[in-house]
Amino acid sequence: MIRPAAGGAAQAPEALSVVGRRMRKVDGLAKATGRARYTDDIALPGMLHGKILRSPHPHARILAIDTSRAAALEGVHAVVTGRDMPTTYGIIPWTPDEHPLCVDRVRYVGDGVAAVAAVDEDTANAALELVEVAYEELPAYLDPHDAIAAADGPFIHEPRKPGRNGNVTKVVKLAFGDVEAGIAAAREEGGVVVEGDYFFEGTTHTPIEPHCAIGLADASGKLTVWSATQVPHYLHRELARVLELDPAMVRVVQPPVGGAFGGKSEPFDLEFCVAKLSMITGRPVKILYTREEVFYSHRGRHPFHMRYRTGARADGVLAAVDAEIVMDGGAYASFGLVTTYYSGQLLTAPYQMPAYRFHSTRAYTNKPACGPKRGHGSVQPRFAFEVQLDRIAEALEIDPIELRRRNALGEGTRTVNDLRVTSNGFLECLAMVEDASAWRRKFRRLPYGRGVGVAGSTYISGTNYPVYPNDMPQSAVQLQVDRSGRVAVFSGASEIGQGVDSMVAYVVAEELGVPLDHVRVFAGDTDFTPVDLGAYSSRVTFMLGNACIDAARRVKRQVQKVVAEAWDAKPQEVLLAGGLAVRAGDTGTQMPIREAFNLAEAAFGALGATGSYDTPKDVHGSYRGATIGASPAYSFTAHVAEVEVDPETGFVDVVQIWIAHDCGRALNPVLVEGQMEGSAYMGFAEAIMEEQIFKTADQGRAGLHNAPSLLDYRIPTSLDTPALRSLIVESIDPEGPYGAKEAGEGPLHPSIPAIANAIYDAVGVRMNALPFSPPRVWRALQAEAARTPAARSAATPAAVS
Amino acid sequence: MQVVRLRVNGDERACGVPAHYTLLETLRYGLGLTGSKQGCDKGDCGACTVILDGRAVLSCLTLAREAEGRELRTVEGLAIGTEPHPVQDQFDLAGAAQCGFCTPGILCSSVALLERNPSPSREEVRAALAGNLCRCTGYEKIYDAVEAAARKMGQ
Repeated sequence: MIRPAAGGAAQAPEALSVVGRRMRKVDGLAKATGRARYTDDIALPGMLHGKILRSPHPHARILAIDTSRAAALEGVHAVVTGRDMPTTYGIIPWTPDEHPLCVDRVRYVGDGVAAVAAVDEDTANAALELVEVAYEELPAYLDPHDAIAAADGPFIHEPRKPGRNGNVTKVVKLAFGDVEAGIAAAREEGGVVVEGDYFFEGTTHTPIEPHCAIGLADASGKLTVWSATQVPHYLHRELARVLELDPAMVRVVQPPVGGAFGGKSEPFDLEFCVAKLSMITGRPVKILYTREEVFYSHRGRHPFHMRYRTGARADGVLAAVDAEIVMDGGAYASFGLVTTYYSGQLLTAPYQMPAYRFHSTRAYTNKPACGPKRGHGSVQPRFAFEVQLDRIAEALEIDPIELRRRNALGEGTRTVNDLRVTSNGFLECLAMVEDASAWRRKFRRLPYGRGVGVAGSTYISGTNYPVYPNDMPQSAVQLQVDRSGRVAVFSGASEIGQGVDSMVAYVVAEELGVPLDHVRVFAGDTDFTPVDLGAYSSRVTFMLGNACIDAARRVKRQVQKVVAEAWDAKPQEVLLAGGLAVRAGDTGTQMPIREAFNLAEAAFGALGATGSYDTPKDVHGSYRGATIGASPAYSFTAHVAEVEVDPETGFVDVVQIWIAHDCGRALNPVLVEGQMEGSAYMGFAEAIMEEQIFKTADQGRAGLHNAPSLLDYRIPTSLDTPALRSLIVESIDPEGPYGAKEAGEGPLHPSIPAIANAIYDAVGVRMNALPFSPPRVWRALQAEAARTPAARSAATPAAVS
Repeated sequence: MQVVRLRVNGDERACGVPAHYTLLETLRYGLGLTGSKQGCDKGDCGACTVILDGRAVLSCLTLAREAEGRELRTVEGLAIGTEPHPVQDQFDLAGAAQCGFCTPGILCSSVALLERNPSPSREEVRAALAGNLCRCTGYEKIYDAVEAAARKMGQ
């Protein structure tokens, strides 16, 4: 196993022959020709179709469910309710507050109460109409502040301990250094203290592929579930636990996933339902969510209400940061315990903070549960904090890029909350966006209506600990070499479009010197791959990449040993590259790699190895909660956004975003750029367009989704999306595979505050609530014009030339 | 049930489907041509885009019967033998397909565009793809791929 001390596969770039090149993906052509088979593309013989009946009420007691008429309908093979699966579950083992189907209470409009399996979808839908549910409606909480205020109930969940507020999932209060002293010092020494209230509206992932699962219980007692999941291992565990099966008799298959972004990172009702319905009928059962169901299943970005107090000395150096956050969690805990910690823990880089305090509360509400969306828990605080920095820069008359430079944390250090930081390319990120965007010619110099803004951020390369405590590796692969020279790699990691299967092939081809197309990657099947914990928290390249190096080097050492013996050389003189084994310094001495493999197989027996990776354990403090936010390495990002604001309509046109991201090393720059552009796009979308909102009772029906379709919940089309320019920074991390770190989530964060800061540069209004939609921007412009009629009166239409 | 006869990717095919089946459902569940994807089933996402008589259409908003007697191409019919269509090849080279779920629809929109406008400007590419939502890429690499394919096809 690669442990951090031994790890650090960093190598000089000239020694690499595959890694770092612009390459195709191993599955690119399968996806471009329609051959890739996603879950809904699978049809099994005799397959039934399932549907889930959902609650029309945001909060109600279930008095009775009568399924007899539905069960009697011709073509219906089974009907199940919550009582058929009474065990609770939850992705975080300490907060198991969900049932596959509700047992005695529904907690949001859309909560599942019954499921049917029928010969086809039409029959299944007809059967749902025949299920009779008697409800007793309960008061619903739609605002987290109301839920917290109801300290004596009624509660959405029974308190886990008597006397606690059952409407609160988690409270985290942590303090590092003396915040009040820092604030006082900033005030006294000619510095500045900036206070602000911010609101981040909820948004949702919106992968283009809806969730889909197929269950098959066979006569041998084995259950197979195919699912569009990004966490097959956690799904495997929860299926076995909830359905009371031996985990050895459960197999989870994860076909290619059509986008996830965190929205498929925990078990969902459909996976339990297809399994249970198949166990009853003995036939394969498929459930495909409608797009509307995807919106209700949600688990997207939490709405955050945030208050920040930030103090800086006269030279712009931060003195103290103080945060108070209320999070709207929706009906279930989901990853909420982690989200609550992340809301504070992940803010402590890329800037040095001598003193920091945060107090975060996650409340339950009667809306779909929130969970992790790309940049889990840290995108919202980053928005508020980077706007605060912009205000400090302005108050102290320091260029905002220079202010960020002065506060940069640096490499090889610890943050105020004791997170170990290894490599750090943040300063280079700042320099690159400053140059590429022509910042100095633009900032505060563009005509009214046009502006630029900057923001920085950091993100984890995986969480240091799994969601359930254990001492086993976080990631593993098994590698097997054929006599033909073909190398098979069995990988438990989840391909969700980010390119992990390709990354496996690049690393193995690099280490064993075989052509890329001689590496076959088999992934996403718990029956024949070792465990990887899943595609979340940007952990896969760092962790699985190191596991691949570990496995490949075990085989490589065997090959080097036998070839060295044949050549009367030292093992380290045997190089494997370009399909050959070559003697270092004597390129005339060589043999095809296949021959080298055959020699090794003759000497050692069947050629193969396992490889694994686990995180270092000395990278965080020892206080309660210190492990959450800890990661083996952190990525760094800086963006500059340029906007054009129409003062008459409040419409914000984001013209371009320059994205500089420190990914450690780009194993394939094409894929890194794809992650950077996709992230910046998604941040832009949240900044300008997206909001996952629910109706109140006054608006018709409490808890009803305001826009559960891709027409009404607007995500950017090609015409909406700004030009995106990727600038890769490589800091070469000492422990990452060839120095690589994450690229999939970090580059989302700065988009939003960079756009907010650019709007201020353009028209002089601070946008503190998301999204920056035309009505909101227009109202802010009107308020600013009313407040300072003399200043920039162009905000009134009459003054627009 | 009704029998629908389609000329799809050069093949004459017939299959029995419920009368309300869309072209997308017929392709996917009647004929096993699962390359065209269902992302919303309402005409919002474009993942189901196919080429009908040379025009990009949403197969989820087209009844199967409407496609009878017309020339239909899907993502499975773009390659010639084992040779991918230049747009498919450039999508792979440029990294224009991440999760790949919107890709079949975007390929069909792109091929339909290039067949009527062999050298589109970036603005024309953007406009032609405005009905196809991609959630992964930010669209940049998709434009690069379509433009590179146009250059290849023009050579």
